[in-house]
Amino acid sequence: MAYPEVSPGSTTAATAAATAPVLSVRNVEKAYNVGRPDEKLAIADVSFDVAKGEFVCVVGPSGAGKTTILRCLSGLLPPTSGEVRFEGARLQDVPDRLSVVFQDYSRSLFPWLTVNKNVAVPLKVAGVRKQEREDRIRTVLHAVGLGDVGTSYPWQLSGGMQQRVAIARALAHQPDMLLMDEPFASVDAQTRFDLEDLILEVRRQLDITVVLVTHDIDEAVYLSDRVVVLSGAPSRIAEIVDVPLGRPRNQLTTRSSETFGRLRSHLMQLVTTA
Amino acid sequence: MPTRAERTGSPDVSPILAAATTPSHQRPARAASRSASSLRRLWSGIWRLWFFAVVLVAWWVLSADSTSTFFPPLRNIVGRLYDLWIAGDARTNAWSSLQHFAIGYALAGLFGVGVGALLWKFARVGRAVSPVLYFVYVIPTAALLPAIMAIMGIGGSMQITIIVLAAVWPTMLNTLDGMRGIDPIKLDTARVMHMSALRTVRTVVLPGAMPQIMAGLRHSLQIGVIMMVVSELVASESGIGFFILEAQQRFAITDMWTGIIILALIGSVLTFLFVAVERVVLAWYIGARAVEKKG
Repeated sequence: MAYPEVSPGSTTAATAAATAPVLSVRNVEKAYNVGRPDEKLAIADVSFDVAKGEFVCVVGPSGAGKTTILRCLSGLLPPTSGEVRFEGARLQDVPDRLSVVFQDYSRSLFPWLTVNKNVAVPLKVAGVRKQEREDRIRTVLHAVGLGDVGTSYPWQLSGGMQQRVAIARALAHQPDMLLMDEPFASVDAQTRFDLEDLILEVRRQLDITVVLVTHDIDEAVYLSDRVVVLSGAPSRIAEIVDVPLGRPRNQLTTRSSETFGRLRSHLMQLVTTA
Repeated sequence: MPTRAERTGSPDVSPILAAATTPSHQRPARAASRSASSLRRLWSGIWRLWFFAVVLVAWWVLSADSTSTFFPPLRNIVGRLYDLWIAGDARTNAWSSLQHFAIGYALAGLFGVGVGALLWKFARVGRAVSPVLYFVYVIPTAALLPAIMAIMGIGGSMQITIIVLAAVWPTMLNTLDGMRGIDPIKLDTARVMHMSALRTVRTVVLPGAMPQIMAGLRHSLQIGVIMMVVSELVASESGIGFFILEAQQRFAITDMWTGIIILALIGSVLTFLFVAVERVVLAWYIGARAVEKKG
């Protein structure tokens, strides 16, 4: 087999030995309701590194605690044991240079604010002056392919456009890393392709690190440099798979290449047997 | 009605076509129809009042020859209403009532939102305090009147106290409920953005709970008006309630009716003003709901 089997719980993959990872996940364990009769182990032992500029997808069978792991990576949820380091520092809260895009844009966007004001919120928190704020809002909305919708409210836009707004808002204060939780799960297939290409383009332009959680194996292969495969709950690492596909990627040619097909069936096998 | 597929003759592409073209088609159409729709709204507003007009005319005509002591002709009531409340000095009663109401309602609103927010923020304290609150809440405030009169005596501050005590509850409980119902993802978003606690409340929690806060404030408004009158009926030497009771006691039934009509007018104006404010404050909510309904 072309891919080395990594025993579950093993901490190293060949590619993770790169210089000082942006994100370093070490033996993270997460249990809910600790000490109570309904204690439930969601994540048993997960370790992996993400290098600067890398695009890493996390996949796993449904119920594998994908959202839990993302919340641990973002600092929203403290792990029960193990540690997460972001840019060398151990996570206490959500780090400043990290942004999160949640799955459901209709839940994360503020419907009482216009698109411009939604994007302005993180800038206001960071104390960016009004003039620069307006420049940045324009730049970032342009970067996600949104033109003159700034004065609209999110609910006046289509689902795909709303998720673009959410991405723009996450990018507004120029983070080093973007964490995305199934960001394209609530849009139709065509929009999904557009948004996948958009996020690849944004990453190329802004040179940011992206960790994206998804249940969609094709999406993971299409986007990633590496795919972290989780086992079923309680999650361990089933395997970390390198994606030796060239860039820029193309929905038509990349997806129909032989390597893509090989990776896809390998991952499919991992996820369904994990 | 012919479907889009029939018109384009190509059922396969039409949904995509429709999806691609609707937004740009919709926007100018929406702007153009705005003036037409405001005309239509005005007309429907007039139309909605036709039955009210019929009732008024019927009252006027049917009561014209009335000799009943208790149901004088509407013409006489309107005449007295002008003499007393517009030309005369019954106005001072209206001012006195409205002053107490305004202060009482404002305080009830502020306390309601403030205490509701604190109960939400300090959930643990809130859980301990809740049973007491609900116990006090179920006491009809009118039953507290004798106690409050004994403690505070008769006068404006006692009347304001009564209004606040009664009107604070709907706003407080709705604020608490609305804030508890904020989507946790929105609070996560606030955390990811490093919002301070104060900014989270201002930017996320208050606006998010605003639909329910406004519902509470509206209920508080009605209760405030009721308690304004009740306090004047029981213990007061001024106010519209006092005027109505006093007129009834000296058998000036026509005067009594004028006071009741003035209360109805004040109630209507207050409700109208409230709805106008609500339309501005909750414009986003009303708009989003309309979009949701359309699907």
